[in-house]
Amino acid sequence: MGSITLDHVTKSFGAVTIIPDISLDIRDGEFVVFVGPSGCGKSTLLRLIAGLEDVSGGKIMIDGADVTNAHPAQRKLSMVFQSYALYPHMSVRGNIAFPLKMEGASKEKIDEAVGNAAAILNLTDYLDRKPRQLSGGQRQRVAIGRAIVRQPKAFLFDEPLSNLDAALRVAMRLEISELHKKLGTTMIYVTHDQVEAMTMADKIVVLNAGRIEQYGTPLELYSKPANRFVAGFIGSPKMNFIEGAEAARFGAHAIGVRPEHFTVSQEAGSWKGVVGVAEHLGSDTFLYVKSESGDQLTVRTSGEIPVRSGETVHLTPMDGRVYRFDAQGHAIAG
Amino acid sequence: MATAQTQTAARLMMAPAVVLLLGWMLIPLSLTLWFSFQRYNLLMPGQEFFTGFDNYRYFLSHPNFWSALANTLILVGGVLTITIIGGTLLALLLDQPIFGQGIVRLLVIAPFFVMPTVSALVWKNMLMHPVNGLFSWIARVFVVQPIDWFAQAPMFSIIVIVAWQWLPFATLIILTALQSLDEEQKEAAGMDGAGPFPLFFYIILPHLARAITVVILIQTIFLLSIFAEILVTTNGGPGVATTNLTFLIYMQSLLQFDVGLASAGGIVAVILANIVAIFLLRIVGKNLEA
Ligand SMILES: Nc1ncnc2c1ncn2[C@@H]1O[C@H](COP(=O)(O)OP(=O)(O)OP(=O)(O)O)[C@@H](O)[C@H]1O
Ligand SMILES: [Mg+2]
Repeated sequence: MGSITLDHVTKSFGAVTIIPDISLDIRDGEFVVFVGPSGCGKSTLLRLIAGLEDVSGGKIMIDGADVTNAHPAQRKLSMVFQSYALYPHMSVRGNIAFPLKMEGASKEKIDEAVGNAAAILNLTDYLDRKPRQLSGGQRQRVAIGRAIVRQPKAFLFDEPLSNLDAALRVAMRLEISELHKKLGTTMIYVTHDQVEAMTMADKIVVLNAGRIEQYGTPLELYSKPANRFVAGFIGSPKMNFIEGAEAARFGAHAIGVRPEHFTVSQEAGSWKGVVGVAEHLGSDTFLYVKSESGDQLTVRTSGEIPVRSGETVHLTPMDGRVYRFDAQGHAIAG
Repeated sequence: MATAQTQTAARLMMAPAVVLLLGWMLIPLSLTLWFSFQRYNLLMPGQEFFTGFDNYRYFLSHPNFWSALANTLILVGGVLTITIIGGTLLALLLDQPIFGQGIVRLLVIAPFFVMPTVSALVWKNMLMHPVNGLFSWIARVFVVQPIDWFAQAPMFSIIVIVAWQWLPFATLIILTALQSLDEEQKEAAGMDGAGPFPLFFYIILPHLARAITVVILIQTIFLLSIFAEILVTTNGGPGVATTNLTFLIYMQSLLQFDVGLASAGGIVAVILANIVAIFLLRIVGKNLEA
């Protein structure tokens, strides 16, 4: 009860086309993450699904029913906004109860639903507070609480964690993932943080300039990027790209090797280079190497490697871990 | 938030303004207070003497005092009701993206720039005049007996005129507040299934509460002392139908040259204003906190 289909959806603001043409199938119960650089149209796409913006063309279907022209409330979706958009003059209880009150639910039903939501989200002690008396993480939970009481067909999250500090982000990330397991409801989650995307998603949609670059599971995107954009966007630190003669040897316009896919040796290897900076983090070591051909390469190796700044190293890409791209940036198979 | 040092500095900086304001208010107020206890009539110069509370006794037992008090409150209440409701509706309208928005907004603000006497005269002679007025012309077009506004509904007419002047003020303040409402909150309410009316009553109106409070407080201060509109149109009549406290004081002092009695009336008006202010702050003042 919550499959969402976009069929050749386009969106323009006046003369500016933000989304040229997007088709997408989201199955019931999936956790789908939209990632992409800032301004690529993630929020716009989410708002189109929510019905907060009208599409310029194409169709949106929820559970097979055409909702392209339906009012946001009729789509039975819940949205958690980046700013939380809590109602400041209502208590936490009032905020969470609001959607049910609008449905005309009975007093007992509302109390029960609010109690349940508060228990799931650890908000029971705060029900009578106003939003401004809550911390960022608590506000976030209230916004989620308001979203779950309606039992929507799908949840839409627009960068819900971007206002929180790093530690709280990790905690809330887990909470949202657990919530998804518990409820089993379809979730669409917008972020520009690829770590969030990789850890939470069943499927990731990588967007760039309003286009879907690739749609697949996190590991698919990691191991089989469809193009140079996805290869560079997914994975941290970023994939190294090498162009020119070195790439031509592999029969490609450019090749890419992830930092973690190098073997480092002090005696021999494919590429020779000088270590600029070596960051020893204990668990990992990051080497920033300037190769002889002039490329800047990031290398990630185990923590104990005794390499220092200014030393010479030899790098060899692991077997089958060299990605090849043509002049248009498309991946070359094989 | 502030340290002790910045607090002292702030007090020093504010001192000149506070002293000036105090002098500005306290000197006239104490003079009025002084006169209100004097037998002081301009027709009998040199015969001033202390009379205690006599002036107050005369003023409060004046046959028209209670009706003037009632008129004052009716005027304030009527104008507040019209401007708050009308101002909110107009603000909602002006917040919509409509054709010629700039011009419409300017037109709405325009009445505020017209002097009270002028606007009262315009209403009296061009709109509400029983023979030449626009309203009577409209009435005759529909073959209805024209109304002689200032004779048949004098208080209502004055309320309409004053409300027309203050509507722009209310509209402007409420419009500003309306535009500061977070768009995402409206969107969230929309997704939560709130239609236009629930949206207005649950989300927009609470957000406007503070602005409306400010409008009520400021307008009340000015409306308690409405004078020009009454002088120009009805002259307090017919009878005392439109005589409010300000007008009663004017009749006492300037028409009877009794400074002492008028001062006592002034002090009574000040006390009344304070009572109204306390009540208002009790009722709506909590909206101003935080
Ligand atoms: N109402 C609007 N009118 C005109 N252009 C708009 C409007 N809303 C968004 N845009 C444009 O659409 C593009 C995509 O915006 P969008 O908010 O979807 O980006 P985003 O991917 O969510 O970025 P971010 O990660 O920074 O939130 C931007 O270039 C933006 O300027
Ligand atoms: Mg966004």
